[in-house]
Amino acid sequence: MSGAIPEKEYVESVSKLDGRVPSGDIEDKWDKYKSSMKIVNPANKRKFNIIVVGTGLAGGSAAATLAELGYNVKSFCIQDTPRRAHSIAAQGGINAAKNYQNDGDSVHRLFIDTIKGGDYRAREDNVHRLAQISTQIIDQCVAQGVPFARDYGGLLTNRSFGGSQVSRTFYARGQTGQQLLLGAYSAMMRQVAKQQIEMFPNREMLDVVTVDDKARGIVVRNLKTGELETHSGDAVLLCTGGFGNVYFLSTNGKGSNVTAAWRCHKKGAFMANPCFAQIHPTCIPTSGEYQSKLTLMSESLRNDGRVWVPKNKDDKRSAADIPESDRDNFLERMYPAYGNLVPRDVGSRAIKKMCDEGKGLDPSGRAVYLDFGSAIERLGKKNIADKYGNLFDMYETITGDSPYSQPMKIYPAIHYIMGGLWVDYDLMSTIPGLFVLGEANFSDHGANRLGASALMQGLADGYFVIPNTLGNYLANTKLDSVSTSSEEFTSAKNESKEKTDNLLKIKGSSTALEIHRELGGVMWDLVGMARTKESLEEALDKIPKIKDKFWNDLYVPGDANTLNKNLEHAGRLADFLELGELMALDALNREESCGAHFREEYQTEEGEPLRNDEKYAYVSAWEYNENNIPVLHKENLDYKFVKMTQRNYK
Amino acid sequence: MSEVISLNLQVWKQSSEDEAGSFEFYSVKDISIHISFLEMLDVVNENLQKEGKEPIAFDSDCREGICGTCGFVIDGVAHGPMAKTTVCQLHMRHFENGQTLVIEPFRATPFKIVKDLVVDRSSFDSIIQAGGYVTVSTGNAPDANNILIAKENAEDAFDSAACIGCGACVASCPNASAALFTSAKISHLSQLPQGKIEEDERVKSMVATMDDEGFGACSNHAECEAVCPKGISISNIALMRRNLIKTIL
Repeated sequence: MSGAIPEKEYVESVSKLDGRVPSGDIEDKWDKYKSSMKIVNPANKRKFNIIVVGTGLAGGSAAATLAELGYNVKSFCIQDTPRRAHSIAAQGGINAAKNYQNDGDSVHRLFIDTIKGGDYRAREDNVHRLAQISTQIIDQCVAQGVPFARDYGGLLTNRSFGGSQVSRTFYARGQTGQQLLLGAYSAMMRQVAKQQIEMFPNREMLDVVTVDDKARGIVVRNLKTGELETHSGDAVLLCTGGFGNVYFLSTNGKGSNVTAAWRCHKKGAFMANPCFAQIHPTCIPTSGEYQSKLTLMSESLRNDGRVWVPKNKDDKRSAADIPESDRDNFLERMYPAYGNLVPRDVGSRAIKKMCDEGKGLDPSGRAVYLDFGSAIERLGKKNIADKYGNLFDMYETITGDSPYSQPMKIYPAIHYIMGGLWVDYDLMSTIPGLFVLGEANFSDHGANRLGASALMQGLADGYFVIPNTLGNYLANTKLDSVSTSSEEFTSAKNESKEKTDNLLKIKGSSTALEIHRELGGVMWDLVGMARTKESLEEALDKIPKIKDKFWNDLYVPGDANTLNKNLEHAGRLADFLELGELMALDALNREESCGAHFREEYQTEEGEPLRNDEKYAYVSAWEYNENNIPVLHKENLDYKFVKMTQRNYK
Repeated sequence: MSEVISLNLQVWKQSSEDEAGSFEFYSVKDISIHISFLEMLDVVNENLQKEGKEPIAFDSDCREGICGTCGFVIDGVAHGPMAKTTVCQLHMRHFENGQTLVIEPFRATPFKIVKDLVVDRSSFDSIIQAGGYVTVSTGNAPDANNILIAKENAEDAFDSAACIGCGACVASCPNASAALFTSAKISHLSQLPQGKIEEDERVKSMVATMDDEGFGACSNHAECEAVCPKGISISNIALMRRNLIKTIL
């Protein structure tokens, strides 16, 4: 991709993409499809080798389930053990349409909430399947021993989350992601013990290897020894998470990156809706230039916490001294029906609006209150501590202030990427045999993800979708045997080696951290919470300059033959720089506002996102085009079941 | 209190498992008290790179105290001076200007040093592989509410399940025992009906693996509980022992 600002004609679509969704009624098409699929008989499953990259909820659940079915699984992760993937940091919960609370929930309602929450930019059929599967996930996790919260009678209990008017979120205190991940990890470890999974920790995927145009293997770098390895298989499952770290500061783990997905993109996998980046409204505000990451405060806090700023922007009294009459509980005022529980994109923009109006809190002006005062008064401190104790402690550890005695200060931060590699209904990318699961794909959340739905999607893909669709692919595809000593593997390995060595050869004076921080600044300011044609064009002018600086002035200490964290960082940053440009281009192309993608030019009189369904009811899927502007392919979102309407949370 | 402090660091440097290591001295200036300990090391590493020197290798990922990737010993205490806090959540406001800090990796025979402060904790995976799971394949599960669990059992099981597998317990134990780690998983599963069924096999197998991996035995020092960032109680070890004895009797 060149650095030039794209002219409109560069991004015209050249083809329509087909999601290969089975026909039939949305309510039973998944079940009918499953029973019509070809399956691999049990004796033959052991003849297939499946490569699973990533061990978060999607990768962990897929590896365990495929191994249980009898496939030989090779599992790879960049961490020192599969128990550490960033799914572990998800706090609030997991949605499921169990209707245990008898409050009118159903598969249909979860489906509609998710479609609407995504601002009508998700693929309808995938979302319905997700809602259907949601109930099985809870059963599976409970059977594994996940200690979900219970009521006194021993039954499961629920909490509410943003964008929904029912209580359907299952939770394990503020550590739901951890408990679900450890469930999947335990299931994996059972299969490792049975030698059905071969585990490769400390490996970073650097390339996908295609043979006869099908994904047949990967190149990985052993992060401890620096050695490059090639592994072959009959299919590759990419479960490598999201790329929020392109913004430098995000709630993602430090190691989260786009490299595996981006290298697949460069080999032919289309990247869909990369500009759909979720900004989570309640994070601890940035504190200074050396900050390395942002910490989320769970959305569940908005069940009892009230978001406010002083009515008068010159009011410098401490929170406790400002009486209720001088407080602007602006979410309750602007969105009376959902109040503090509006979806994330809506909440984030409202907070930004207050701060833009000068009502943000000191010292940065980029913070608002999240206040538990009235909840503590109403329910008692003990009750609040039971519900949110660990979150309050975490807040106090980081900031030094106790939310029991004074309100939290919060501000939005990059949290999740709805976009990702394009997949069809079977979760297969545009490279046959390369499947993409979890946050790494684009499919279920449209332009905005609802809280507690990421865990649901990761586990749905891994436990219940891929075991079916992968079997169908293997049973229908002629796969010749391949060898890692073949030309395809050796040349991919050499290419990866060259790329890594090149980073060490630059020997300039800027560190990866400095350049990453610079990229993050541009992304946040120009491709962040609010975008304009001008800001995006400016980003497309600035990012190539940062890229030039990277390739001409980078300094990476040490060498490639040992554990070298700076080299890892530099390699990931090289890909973030290319991705950042594509995100800006995607945002520029989409001349509408939808969900988290807010183009200031396109808003209603009340400041809500204004979609343009006539022109943009499609998925933007970008094809990599070496040394040139990428090619845009469109998958039309042809809603047969749901009627597209203006979202309204008032 | 001043907003910045200076520190003297003595940090363990070791290029690989097979090489001998030693302490290196670093003088660190103008550290904001609002940043975390790992962010302080980020600053040190940036400065080292600017001087053309090799940075200090240390592990971290989530930086919010839940993934269990980070961890080292500060002045003899795993994860440093604040209770129930991983080094990524430890903030510089708890240190004094001019303080000297000794930083070492988690030391234990089964934890081989990979580089500087990075250790190999894969033996923890081996312990879980020996039975730290419920035998249930995907698709077999009954409706979730068919399994009733008393609220307090679910809460107790959660307390045990909160382990992040960081290894601080091992590093602080004079015997380098993994009893707290192992017992936390055993106790998590034993307190739930789903996990009860396999508990005899589980405890035998996991304890045997713990021994095979080279971890020492527990002799009730309780250092593990004192440093555990998640506050896992040594009562888990008592439960593990009871379960083990029951399998013999």
